[in-house]
Amino acid sequence: MSSTSVSMTVNGKSVTKEVPARTLLVSFLRDHLGLTGTHVGCDTSQCGACNVHIDGKCVKSCTVLAAQADGASVTTIEGLAKGDQLHPMQAAFKEHHALQCGFCTPGMIMTGVALANEKSNPSETEIREYLEGNFCRCTGYHNIVKAIETGAKAMRR
Amino acid sequence: MANPNGIGASVRRVEDNRFITGRGTYTDDINRPGQTYGWFVRSPHAAAKIKSINAKKALAMPGVIAVLTGADMAADNIGGLPCGWLVKSKDGSPMKEPGHPPLANDRVRHVGDQVAFVIAATREGARDAADAVEVSYEPLKAAVDAAAALKPGAPLVHDDVPGNLCYDWEWGDKAKTDEAFKNAAHVTKLKVINNRLVPNAIEPRAAIGEYDRASDRYTLYTTTQNPHVIRLLMGAFVLHVPESKLRVVAPDVGGGFGSKIFHYAEEAVVTWAAKKTGQTIKWTCDRSESFVTDAHGRDHTTEAELAMDKNGKFLGLRVHTIASMGAYLSTFASSVPTYLYATLLAGQYSTPAIYANVKAVFTNTVPVDAYRGAGRPEACYILERIVENAAREMKLDKTEIRRRNLVPAAAMPYMTPVALQYDSGNFAHNLDVGLKAADYAGFAKRKEASAKQGKLRGIGLSTYIEACGIAPSAVAGALGARAGLYEAAEVRFHPTGTVTVFTGSHSHGQGHETTFAQVVATKLGVPFENIEIVHGDTDRIPFGMGTYGSRSIAVGGVAIVEACEKIITKSKKIAAHVLQTTADKIDFEDGVFKDKASNKTMTIAEVAFTAYVPHNFPHDTLEPGLDEQAFYDPKNFTYPNGCYVCEVEIAQDTGEVSIASFYAVDDFGKVINPMIVEGQVHGGLGQGIGQALLEHCVYDHQSGQLISGSYMDYAMPRADNLPSFNVSTTEVPCTHNVLGVKGCGEAGAIGAPAAVMNAVVDALSNLGINHIEMPATSQNVWQAMQGATKKAAD
Repeated sequence: MSSTSVSMTVNGKSVTKEVPARTLLVSFLRDHLGLTGTHVGCDTSQCGACNVHIDGKCVKSCTVLAAQADGASVTTIEGLAKGDQLHPMQAAFKEHHALQCGFCTPGMIMTGVALANEKSNPSETEIREYLEGNFCRCTGYHNIVKAIETGAKAMRR
Repeated sequence: MANPNGIGASVRRVEDNRFITGRGTYTDDINRPGQTYGWFVRSPHAAAKIKSINAKKALAMPGVIAVLTGADMAADNIGGLPCGWLVKSKDGSPMKEPGHPPLANDRVRHVGDQVAFVIAATREGARDAADAVEVSYEPLKAAVDAAAALKPGAPLVHDDVPGNLCYDWEWGDKAKTDEAFKNAAHVTKLKVINNRLVPNAIEPRAAIGEYDRASDRYTLYTTTQNPHVIRLLMGAFVLHVPESKLRVVAPDVGGGFGSKIFHYAEEAVVTWAAKKTGQTIKWTCDRSESFVTDAHGRDHTTEAELAMDKNGKFLGLRVHTIASMGAYLSTFASSVPTYLYATLLAGQYSTPAIYANVKAVFTNTVPVDAYRGAGRPEACYILERIVENAAREMKLDKTEIRRRNLVPAAAMPYMTPVALQYDSGNFAHNLDVGLKAADYAGFAKRKEASAKQGKLRGIGLSTYIEACGIAPSAVAGALGARAGLYEAAEVRFHPTGTVTVFTGSHSHGQGHETTFAQVVATKLGVPFENIEIVHGDTDRIPFGMGTYGSRSIAVGGVAIVEACEKIITKSKKIAAHVLQTTADKIDFEDGVFKDKASNKTMTIAEVAFTAYVPHNFPHDTLEPGLDEQAFYDPKNFTYPNGCYVCEVEIAQDTGEVSIASFYAVDDFGKVINPMIVEGQVHGGLGQGIGQALLEHCVYDHQSGQLISGSYMDYAMPRADNLPSFNVSTTEVPCTHNVLGVKGCGEAGAIGAPAAVMNAVVDALSNLGINHIEMPATSQNVWQAMQGATKKAAD
């Protein structure tokens, strides 16, 4: 199995690792960096539990080779809070009970932040449509929509 | 002073802090020292003989440690996976329980059946090597659909199960029911299919097996809703290892919905293989594998008949159901289409005579077992669908026919003809609240407005009841359960006044760490933040039957209260000793013990400190320490109930159904945390609406290949498929537990499908359509509309 050297900035820290060439970004984060907040919920790029930001764009990390993110800046769920201070989107998820089992939550929050960055005042319909790539089996999405609405508002401040 | 974080407050969840920051610990997040990886070779055939397994190439690949098969398990005398509930056929014979080997021996019986287990140094290496294991199969004809599998000459799933019949069971009074039909002024008939579903918790199952030679102890980390049950079943029936040598840990679990109750083959295989190979082995399912290995849900075909007098008063209900069990009996499979189903066929109505016949059938498909609601959604769906059709046939309003038949609040406790005794509920009140909230009276106007936009609008009701808080052990045992269904709790005070609560319930999204702490805060008057809830580890928790059947608060929560009561009783003795009086003179309120005579007080924290620093305890009458356990066995089931009102709009040109509004009114008894309860209802509704409009697990009828085997083929509800929900609760306390709670986890999934489908049929009824099968996809609805139009033209 050929290996390759991959360097990127993850949550503000530079990392370089020698990994098998076929390593997916999500495995790079989970298995090689120990950042297990990013989850794998499917094998067809449907569920969005693995969503991270690559150079500010929300991307399914199960669908990107680590090598393709070489030189990029990656933000995962672990990189959102500043110390004990939650990111406004994280705080909104807690406030609105937008999570139950928590497994889809990191992907949902990363997607919510990406939406708010694109559109500072998204409507309910816009939020529901933007979540087309994220599954949640617990919440019926009701509270996730409310949380993203609130989180986006808080990010404007 | 009421505790601001006590019972009744929407306390924000404690567990969220780790989940929103990516610091949860799910099974696949755990990495043990020296860990290796396992991957299963699985059957590509629905039915086949295994002629040979050749692992030579696989074993020669880099990093491959072992390839294990059913023959290795048989050599180690490993047992089959057991079923936890004995159902007897109407002739008294026990159900057929064919063997369920964790790794197949000579036959495979569904696509996905485990054939071999490959262990390698890396996940990718194990997967590559699994592809290199050569299995030679002789494919056999498959029995796929349950009704077809019952027909003479159908291929046999198990050679020792004639006709593929697991059991032919009946419930209720047949003679009395037949008599009711003879006297009926009208009989409404309906054949319904309850579509097969895939539970699809977003976290795929995973397991890590570990064996410590020094202590001869095994540890299994697994994605389960009931670690003690897994320890019991795996230890006693499969591995033949004493429970004292087994530790089962269920860490954070990413959703279950029933599918993570069962003892799965993979758990036994990784645990056994850990000792056999001397390796710590992690197995993580991928989603495609989940589709063909996680137990599926529902899959009933039912013919129902409702007998009425001329006023629409129900006289009798008769149902004949065929239920697929899949290829093997999963842990609780046999109980789902029987005791969790037919016992609920009275619903909220005073129908005097009910008879049900259920044939459970083996098929060459994934085992079918409990999925959110488990039997109760199937009962509710039949009843609520046939009641609305009956209303239409009797030319009665759908609310009026219900009002004429609802069990009145004054009749509680009410004994149904199908063995359950409802303790409490005000069904008519829920109906009133639901109709008012949904503005039932204003529906005609909204229908008109929809019509102007080319849309058909329909309104549907569902007045559901379920039996939860599973279960009184004596009742469950009399009905064939091979386990007791109590719950255990331990409340441990620490010397400095903080409290750790160990619960046998397991949280995989329900928020127990918050709800249970609220209960303890209220009962003991301890600050909420000083209470920690521990679950999911057989080495830490005294015992547990786990979480399913909406039982956590109604059984697990009450067990915690019982342990708190023991803490208070002992604390009174300690306070009496310190305050130099007797325990009967001590009052307790809001965390303070008071001597009624002297008004001297001690806080519960002071009592706890004294308990652990017993410098002058009279040791013959007062034991040091403050740590109490309780096992609580409920006296009855609890009966959550409610009224759901759904409106749909159907696009006339495409048949696309959209939910225009959804109102849920639920009586869960006393509500501990309204925010969490609402969230549970939302989630249940999402799954119920998913069943009604989107989800369908489809097999090829001939080959037994799973056609809807990925998220690209199986329609999971997405955010833009679901509406905002309007939910509220009415609180009629449960009469037989100290918290007055009934449970809320399954209600949405039980009540929603009927409400949605009643609305769909209502919208289409002008076309002469009186039924449409789930899921009401645009294709299904459009075809029904075309068929009706053609029929009208002919």
